[in-house]
Amino acid sequence: MPHRLTIHQARRLLLEKKISAVELTQAVLDRIRDVDERVGAYITLCEASALEQARKADRRIASGDPSPLTGIPVAVKDILCTRGIRTTCGSRILENFIPPYDATVIQRLEAAGVVIVGKTNMDEFAMGSSNEYSAFKLTRNPWDLSRIPGGSSGGSAAAVAADMCLGAIGSDTGGSVRQPASHCGVVGMKPTYGRVSRFGLVAFASSLDQVGPLAKCVHDNALLMKVIAGHDPKDSTSAPEPVPDYIQAFGKGLDGVTIGVPAEYRSMEGMDPEVSDAVSTAVETMERMGARCVEVSLPHTPYAVAAYYVIAPSEASSNLARYDGVKYGFRDPEAADLAGMYRQTRSKGFGPEVQRRIIIGTYCLSAGYYDAYYRKASQVRSLIIRDFKNAFESCRLLLSPVAPTPAFPIGEKVEDPLTMYLSDVFTLSANLAGIPGISVPCGFSGQGLPIGLQIMGNHFDEAMLYRAAHQFEQATDYHLKKPPLQ
Amino acid sequence: MNITRKEVLQVADLARLDLDDAALDKMSIQINDVLGYVDQMNEVDTGEVTPTSHALSLTNAFREDEKTEHLDRKRALSNAPHADDETFVVPRVIKA
Repeated sequence: MPHRLTIHQARRLLLEKKISAVELTQAVLDRIRDVDERVGAYITLCEASALEQARKADRRIASGDPSPLTGIPVAVKDILCTRGIRTTCGSRILENFIPPYDATVIQRLEAAGVVIVGKTNMDEFAMGSSNEYSAFKLTRNPWDLSRIPGGSSGGSAAAVAADMCLGAIGSDTGGSVRQPASHCGVVGMKPTYGRVSRFGLVAFASSLDQVGPLAKCVHDNALLMKVIAGHDPKDSTSAPEPVPDYIQAFGKGLDGVTIGVPAEYRSMEGMDPEVSDAVSTAVETMERMGARCVEVSLPHTPYAVAAYYVIAPSEASSNLARYDGVKYGFRDPEAADLAGMYRQTRSKGFGPEVQRRIIIGTYCLSAGYYDAYYRKASQVRSLIIRDFKNAFESCRLLLSPVAPTPAFPIGEKVEDPLTMYLSDVFTLSANLAGIPGISVPCGFSGQGLPIGLQIMGNHFDEAMLYRAAHQFEQATDYHLKKPPLQ
Repeated sequence: MNITRKEVLQVADLARLDLDDAALDKMSIQINDVLGYVDQMNEVDTGEVTPTSHALSLTNAFREDEKTEHLDRKRALSNAPHADDETFVVPRVIKA
């Protein structure tokens, strides 16, 4: 069952020629055929091109010149432009969009030899926490098919959890990599803002969006990260900082590392006791491994959701103005004149959640309301950044839950956007502050649903996040458990 | 009430979105929920705090002004809902 392999296991077998890239890719495609009808992780499958890439990978291995991820089958969230492969962003308005170029992340993955298996389902324009806002299909949680996989990178997380790829790429604007990773029991990294190029990433909120990997274990996640991270002249917000070797940093234990536990996160409303217990146990585990745990304060935490749900929709309303039915995407053919074409195209092309956020954002940016909403939220953002700065004076890492509850049932929050927004309470601060955060499995609920631990760190300190996450993974076995999906 | 039904309609108009009566009713309630929640920000004294629009202090990313690879016209037009060989085609703007 090669589809069950991790990336680092598969890499060894490929290099030892105990398995071919074609066999590995075929095993993954077979697995997709067996289970994806029930899970619904993929929007588009790239069977023919994947097998072609796999054949190329085998030739490259045979020639003795493999790249770091040669022949590894990977899934990509349908928000990253793939040249010649339909990229929908989960929206009707991009239903038939075939990008004429590749995102930088895709170029880097392909240069590293990756086999792209398909494009995964997501909430429309990455706006959602459950994948229920996809215009195309429901994605179900492989651990319990009556529940959501999380979102917005729910398809990527479900595909990794159900062994329908060896690793995946997602994007995270307020928790969209970490929260589905947590709900599906996999490892998800939201890197520092600017660490990974956004060129070719369909824009949602440009000051918050960041691409990140999802994988079956910390090691695999770091392997993917090493490939996609680094400066890109095509993204003017891309950071020039060199990318360290994350794997090298793994074996060093946690002696002398100070970990902060934010006091405000303990008293959070709506916290499931099983989640707080699992996180408390994780804190104890870190202490046993040599870390010193201290309580820290992030006093503006209660206002993070409010600030976020002004800033993100404001940026979205501006970014999504480009969908006008002219250059690409859907155009309503019924329209009689230009104004009608804009209105009908956008009204029929965007789903209700996207329209809601465009209207909220347009309102928050409009004359007379700008100061009360957008400017105020941007000031609160400054205070949240200051909170983190202060906290990182007394600790290197922060520990928290990823989500206040395990995966919720499909349909539970879909009609109540505000409740849906509140489930992002632990993750969206990292986007506002631009800091990295990783989600690692740290337990299961009584019903057998995965629970995730979030480790956050200072800007560009991903290596330390990986080290702590890897040490934690070595001390636990949650990441080894598989969903009961045959 | 943060925003009236009429204001939601006006803002939707600015964003070039059409809402029918049912959608407008639902949207007005949901948006008021969100804006009502967002009002919590007013508890925070932000006095002279400088607003942040970007989490990292970025400086301009300059490069040499050199010709680089670009999309040719055919590929740039390849996704247009309506195009001829040279341009995007839109409904007539100025009436004859």
